[in-house]
Amino acid sequence: MKETPLSNCERRFLLRAIEERKRLDGRQSYDYRNVRISFGADYGCCIVELGRTRVLGQVSCELVSPKLNRATEGILFFNLELSPMAAPAFEPGRQSDLLVKLNRLLERCLRNSKCIDTESLCVVAGVKVWQIRVDLHLLNHDGNIIDAASIAAIVALCHFRRPDVSVQGEEVTLYTPEERDPVPLSIHHMPICVSFAFFQQGTYLLVDPSEREERVMDGLLVIAMNKHREICTIQSSGGIMLLKDQVLRCSKITGVKVAEITELIQKALENDQKVRKEGGKFGFAESIPNQKISAFKMERAPVDTNDVEEQAEEIITKADPPSDVFAKPILRMPGTAQIGEGIENSWGDLEESEREEEEEGNSDDATTPEGQKMETEEINVVSKTKKDDDTIVLSDSEEEEVVILEPEEREKKTRTHTSTKQENSSSKKAFNKKRKKKRATH
Amino acid sequence: MYDKATVEVLLRPKVGLPGVFEKNREQLIRKTCEAVLLGALHPRTSITIVLQVVSDAGSLLACSLNAACMGLMDAGLPMKSLFCGVTCALDATGAIGLDPTAKQEKEARAVLTFAISSVERQVLLSTTKGPCSVEELQQCIAAAQRASGAIFQFYRDSVRRKYSKT
Repeated sequence: MKETPLSNCERRFLLRAIEERKRLDGRQSYDYRNVRISFGADYGCCIVELGRTRVLGQVSCELVSPKLNRATEGILFFNLELSPMAAPAFEPGRQSDLLVKLNRLLERCLRNSKCIDTESLCVVAGVKVWQIRVDLHLLNHDGNIIDAASIAAIVALCHFRRPDVSVQGEEVTLYTPEERDPVPLSIHHMPICVSFAFFQQGTYLLVDPSEREERVMDGLLVIAMNKHREICTIQSSGGIMLLKDQVLRCSKITGVKVAEITELIQKALENDQKVRKEGGKFGFAESIPNQKISAFKMERAPVDTNDVEEQAEEIITKADPPSDVFAKPILRMPGTAQIGEGIENSWGDLEESEREEEEEGNSDDATTPEGQKMETEEINVVSKTKKDDDTIVLSDSEEEEVVILEPEEREKKTRTHTSTKQENSSSKKAFNKKRKKKRATH
Repeated sequence: MYDKATVEVLLRPKVGLPGVFEKNREQLIRKTCEAVLLGALHPRTSITIVLQVVSDAGSLLACSLNAACMGLMDAGLPMKSLFCGVTCALDATGAIGLDPTAKQEKEARAVLTFAISSVERQVLLSTTKGPCSVEELQQCIAAAQRASGAIFQFYRDSVRRKYSKT
């Protein structure tokens, strides 16, 4: 669906409000929305909510052969997907610009900063390494996708446990989660992206823009930083020109924000680990209903299936016995066989074309015989228009001939197996054959 | 084809890109929704149902059907009836297990999924994986019709809760 354009008065309203240091949701210029992290039942699955923007992240792993030029390193793969669930403007296979930009930013933030130790992912050098795949799905778009996605990615990676592997000489043993506890990935640091939106050629600055604010902004500055105040990635887009002290100020704000968010992530990970160790219930089925008032949860419901067998037997005895039709296949030539025959065609009173339709048991292509049939039928129809009763003349032009074919009423023969070609030709009901060619000139 | 609404279903798996398996599932769900929606009331309109797998612990097709029905209900689209999805697993001895977990599905001889309508518990969709006899099929349908009662009660309770609290 096409994105609804922003009206001029809404744009003016937003910009005027920003000039007066006011935001639509009442935040201050440097305030973040509420960040909420919840974990799923399997390791490596999490949902991050940044206000109303929600991202689902899942990490999975697989043993593969390494890249040729990096024989001792594991492989990391990141994928962010925007589905129409997030916003109606995201059509499958259409919004490629935004998608490429987000994916590239995520890759730079997580891969180039070397936050994951890829050497530890090597099992047998040059032969088998772990491929870690991070899939992020945007569930709802309310602005600032990149922040939510980066938090989801790093949280999922920290939460993930890969199966344990032991190497003895030439033998590699892969243990299932039941045999040996799975092992967490080795993560050096946690880079988190913080976005800054600029308005009025860099005069006003907002942290964590919402979707409306993103639509009216002039430019965007994204800084990825970890809690040790090391900048992992910095990107400025939109063509705004920033002064040096503006960029420095933004990086200071980023340091503060990243410290807060990292603390929140640590707390959430600890909580989840505690619940799992104590054997309590964990996963989305527990956490999501607790967060939302309108969510509802039902424990397992017993279903009484005591007299199911009697009911089923009743149905079987009352039903008609199955038709006992087993056709013998006719072998025409090696590789070509025919089972059963099709029903009569329903093209109406066209004796000439019926002859061509008989030998249609197993032709190769559905379209060509039909195309040829149509042409021959057209010629037949032209010759028959004067004498046919069911020719209806829709216009009083002498140059056009319009024939509407009505199917005869025919009994359906039961058939065990027909080729799809016959079904195509016999399922047409009414078909306007000839087009009106010179409608415009009349 | 312009006299009724077009229904489109998008099913996105959690890991990897959608493939033929998801396309097949999408068509099954689409056929069920088309049978139930009053498309003639919304001509020249497209209705898109987007399903994202959040967590898969077995009975995924039945869960997708339930999610699709609740989504349509919450959107306020007029329907002839509600529908729900129920999965049955037949193990090696022929015992029927409703709503199997992923492990039970793997060990089962046959897994059957039905979409049951709320009007007279009619069967809207039936898809099976693995061999089963006609009697077993009828027994599974009867069991699924029983279970659908519990699911429809859940629909009612959650909608009641939603509109009483907010």
